[in-house]
Amino acid sequence: MKYLLLATAMAAASIAFALDGQIAIHDPSTVVLCNGKFYTYGTGGSSLVSDDGWTWRRGTPLPRRGLAPDVIHIGDRYYVYVAANIGAQPKAAVNMIWSKTLDPESPNYKWEEGGVVASSDGMEDSNAIDPGVFLDPTDGNLWLTYGSYFGYIRLVQLDPKTGKRLDPNDQPRNLAINCEASDMMYRDGWYYLLATHGSCCHGADSGYNIRAGRSRRVTGPYVDAEGIDMLQGGGKLLIGSGGRAIGPGHFGLLDLGAGIQKFSMHWEADLDRGGASVLDIRPLLWKDGWPFAGENLQEGTYEIQSVRTGTSLELAVEGVPVGGPRARGGRGGFAGTGAPIPPQDAAQVSARWPSGKIAVRMANYLCQAQQKWAIAAVPNAGGYPGSPYCKIAIAGTDRVLAATADAELVVVPAFTGAPEQLWRMDQLADGTWRIMPKSIPDSKDALALSAVGSSFATLSKYDPNSDKQRWQFKTP
Amino acid sequence: MNLLRKKYGAMLALAASALLAAAQTSWPTLTKPASREKAPDPDGFIQRWLLLDPIPSKGLTDSAVQAAVKQEYFPDQLTVIPHDGEKVSVGGAELTWRAVDTKLYNVNLYHFAHALGKPTSDVLFWAVTIVDCPREMRGVRLAIGSNAASVWWVNGQEVIGIYGDRQTVIDDGVSKRLTLQKGPNVVRAAVINGGGATDFCARFLDASDKPIEGLTVNLSDRP
Repeated sequence: MKYLLLATAMAAASIAFALDGQIAIHDPSTVVLCNGKFYTYGTGGSSLVSDDGWTWRRGTPLPRRGLAPDVIHIGDRYYVYVAANIGAQPKAAVNMIWSKTLDPESPNYKWEEGGVVASSDGMEDSNAIDPGVFLDPTDGNLWLTYGSYFGYIRLVQLDPKTGKRLDPNDQPRNLAINCEASDMMYRDGWYYLLATHGSCCHGADSGYNIRAGRSRRVTGPYVDAEGIDMLQGGGKLLIGSGGRAIGPGHFGLLDLGAGIQKFSMHWEADLDRGGASVLDIRPLLWKDGWPFAGENLQEGTYEIQSVRTGTSLELAVEGVPVGGPRARGGRGGFAGTGAPIPPQDAAQVSARWPSGKIAVRMANYLCQAQQKWAIAAVPNAGGYPGSPYCKIAIAGTDRVLAATADAELVVVPAFTGAPEQLWRMDQLADGTWRIMPKSIPDSKDALALSAVGSSFATLSKYDPNSDKQRWQFKTP
Repeated sequence: MNLLRKKYGAMLALAASALLAAAQTSWPTLTKPASREKAPDPDGFIQRWLLLDPIPSKGLTDSAVQAAVKQEYFPDQLTVIPHDGEKVSVGGAELTWRAVDTKLYNVNLYHFAHALGKPTSDVLFWAVTIVDCPREMRGVRLAIGSNAASVWWVNGQEVIGIYGDRQTVIDDGVSKRLTLQKGPNVVRAAVINGGGATDFCARFLDASDKPIEGLTVNLSDRP
């Protein structure tokens, strides 16, 4: 019984904090999408697959097992780079294999060997493991970084047509030192080198953390926000340990398009999962040209405020002033009551609300009951990369937000689990949120909550350049 | 003495009438329509309206405003399409519908009422306009702002209600998606003011939230 209670507590605590299902993995590759499924591969042949990016299960191991693979999709091929020690460390080699699909059920699932693309001889100041592959969006060039704590993180150029080394005689370039698990990305004229600092593989005693430097050229130099070159150990923190999750490492960019960026990584130890090394997916945020980790939305009660209008989503009912009405102006009214005014909850005021469906609107936030939304994960309802689908209810009631067939909003009296009552919240690059229903009745359109007016919200096509679909979750 | 009073009374009435006429022509932001039809301004704001002299009304809460607009002040108030100069009797007072063009994006009801010597606080203004649409347009929205509360109808359907003491903000209240029929479409509003300034603005938006082009307002060509 004691263990049952413990297990229940663990499940409850973790549902909105980490991915669901079988997520144990170490050194995961960048999560990639293939035919509607998400895949990642880890050290030692581990493989995970997910239909939605939230619930994961064991996948089919790669034919070539090794250390910390990375995957990229170019054209009709998936290239996997996987390292192996070929002698005493730091003697190692990175091999490439490729397939037209990652789906073992597909008739095209067939791996071909591509040979060695990088190596270290055991004497040189590099350890050719932990490959990270990067396709430069500006010119289509393909690059591979690799390396671990023996010396340098190095860069070699690959042939995007074959995935093989472009010129085997070309000398690798040194990019960073005293780190591992490197990868690269590009944004707004800058190349970013992501690398994992700290100690690996000691469970809850691991010091792993992910850091970044940037450069105007893919070949470096990569310096951090303080101007310290990553060749001298520099690196601006992107994510470190936090809460009950310890030792983030092995960054991999998961760009979902329309400005929605996330990244895959592992925790060396998730204390809620017995200290296991587990996969996670977090939002990728940006500030002043530097990436940093966002948070997947936590369950709780929130004000949902429009970035565009500053007004907040509410049930369209006549509000009751918190603490009672007060006449306009002074005459002692400005002094307040002299004591804290207790929060207003639905039980105090909802007797006046209509019993059926109620419209949704927006208004100035006044801390009233119809403006407080309880967001809770819905078990077994699936999710999206990093998070489960949630229901959004008026706090203290069964009334939940739903999308209508005409792409508008309504609050219905009770949650039924219908897809139009399930919501995803993706954190955007600036830390605000996009809010979308899982689906809209009789529609295939993917629409987002939009502040089309100061007092009215609707569902419309997401425009990453508009504030209309950016929202903030604030604690009431 | 009685003769003197009558004489002075007549003079005062004439003076008041002259003052009223002067006042009508001195609306700072409104003019009498001088053309048969008028297109919305480049941002889509409808600038030609029929306004009824203000009716006393009090209360800006949801329930107070809804009660106010459900009260019948004159026959067919939610369907009538008045003519410029047409008069209705409300609570024993004779009120006049007046066609106006606004020089701005908004219709300043304070200017309208104040120049007529009418109250501007704790009043309800009825406003009507007719928007001609060159073809049927689906998925459009009426977008309005008002000081203070207001309720709006398009072709007889209530589409917007915004409540409380508020200032006019462009695209504050926005309707759900609706269809503008080819030809005339009647837009009707009731704006209730508590105190101080009072005005409104209104336009139609397309599916991309951009002002709809090609509309005209014509208050003349109808029975």
